Amino acid sequence: MSFSVDIAKSVGGTRRRFELRVAFETTARRTVIYGPSGAGKSLTLQALAGLLVPDRGRIVFGGETLFDAAARVHVPARARRFGYLFQDYALFPGLNVRQNVAFGLSTGLRNPPGNAGGAAVERWLDALQLREVALQRPAELSGGHRQRVALARALVNEPRALLLDEPFSALDPELRQRTRGELDRLLTAIGIPIVMITHDPDDIEWFGERTLYLREGGIREVDDDGLDGSAAGNKRG
Amino acid sequence: MAAWATGINLVLGTAVGWLLARKTFPGRELVDAILTLPFVLPPTVLGYYLLVLIGRRGWLGGWLHDTFGINLIFTWQGAVIAASLVAFPLVLKAARTAFEAVDPQLEQAARVLGLGEWAVFFRVTVPLAWPGILAGTLLVFARSMGEFGATLMVAGSIPGKTQTLSIAVYEAVQAGQDSIANTLVLITSITCIVVLLLAGRLAPSGARR
Repeated sequence: MSFSVDIAKSVGGTRRRFELRVAFETTARRTVIYGPSGAGKSLTLQALAGLLVPDRGRIVFGGETLFDAAARVHVPARARRFGYLFQDYALFPGLNVRQNVAFGLSTGLRNPPGNAGGAAVERWLDALQLREVALQRPAELSGGHRQRVALARALVNEPRALLLDEPFSALDPELRQRTRGELDRLLTAIGIPIVMITHDPDDIEWFGERTLYLREGGIREVDDDGLDGSAAGNKRG
Repeated sequence: MAAWATGINLVLGTAVGWLLARKTFPGRELVDAILTLPFVLPPTVLGYYLLVLIGRRGWLGGWLHDTFGINLIFTWQGAVIAASLVAFPLVLKAARTAFEAVDPQLEQAARVLGLGEWAVFFRVTVPLAWPGILAGTLLVFARSMGEFGATLMVAGSIPGKTQTLSIAVYEAVQAGQDSIANTLVLITSITCIVVLLLAGRLAPSGARR
């Protein structure tokens, strides 16, 4: 699995413009894009997912061109088959946990019923220990539960890669470390490639098999070898 | 008549409200302003516009008359159009506000999960905006029942056909038929109170969810 990205996008109005210019290639199973808030990390991730159309450049994933401005190629988000974990999880408030998890399995005009099931749904409800909250709405759930629902919802579709937007920032600090360990084990178990954006150095230690540093709209330093000191030998537990 | 006006406005108002809330195009605010105009213009001015537009010598009405033999003036259909137009801004504003309150990230989440744009609209956007739109629509129903000026100019007052409640009240008072007027006023007031209570119940529950 590999990402090859070289894109430019200018966003904002006439008063404040922001120029995003990002180019990187990665073949790592786990890529972390690290940078302060406002550096353009989220925009980059949205462009990978197909939620943001860059002005120029191209995005290639595993040999498939997802975006190419010159050739007028733009594979829409729904056809890219990526999982996306939003920063505050973006669970559908009117649907219960089951319906949220089953959401992407049907693409018709109706939402899944309250008792939505099927082998894939059951499997992920079990894998992420969501069975006892399966009939609750997102508003009734704790932060940790919400994150697991969002993960289940993304993974039930068997995505080709998982894109994670600050996955731990919405959690309490005590919960963060434990959840990192759980996510680490889960990702190892299912072997899915990920791209994570974060401004928390701890995430690099856990997930930064390869780390890219984003500053004010451009990649400034690139961690080339992918096996440098900060990533090696610190997967605690 | 009020039901027709409500139905038309529900569909049109939702569509245009979504357009104004989600799409950016040049002149968007101008479109919004023009569509809000019926709300602030005197009803008689509006009725005059309508006569010019759909009257038998109006450019749309003339065409309808010549091509299909349809005449809208002094018919209940004409009254529906007048009432719809007067109340349209209410639905439009409600729909636009309701759509703007929907978190775009939820729509994006649905797209990433493989949904097409129609599915996103019906499965994510509409369920979240629905309470707000419905509240606006109920207001339209109330407003249409009370429509007076524009309807009178376009449709006249033909009992059982184009006579709205408020016009009936006016005529009952003019004719000195106080008991009829009292009954009609009571009906109108109660219906409007019920509708307003319903609208009020819907709006905050939508915000909470």
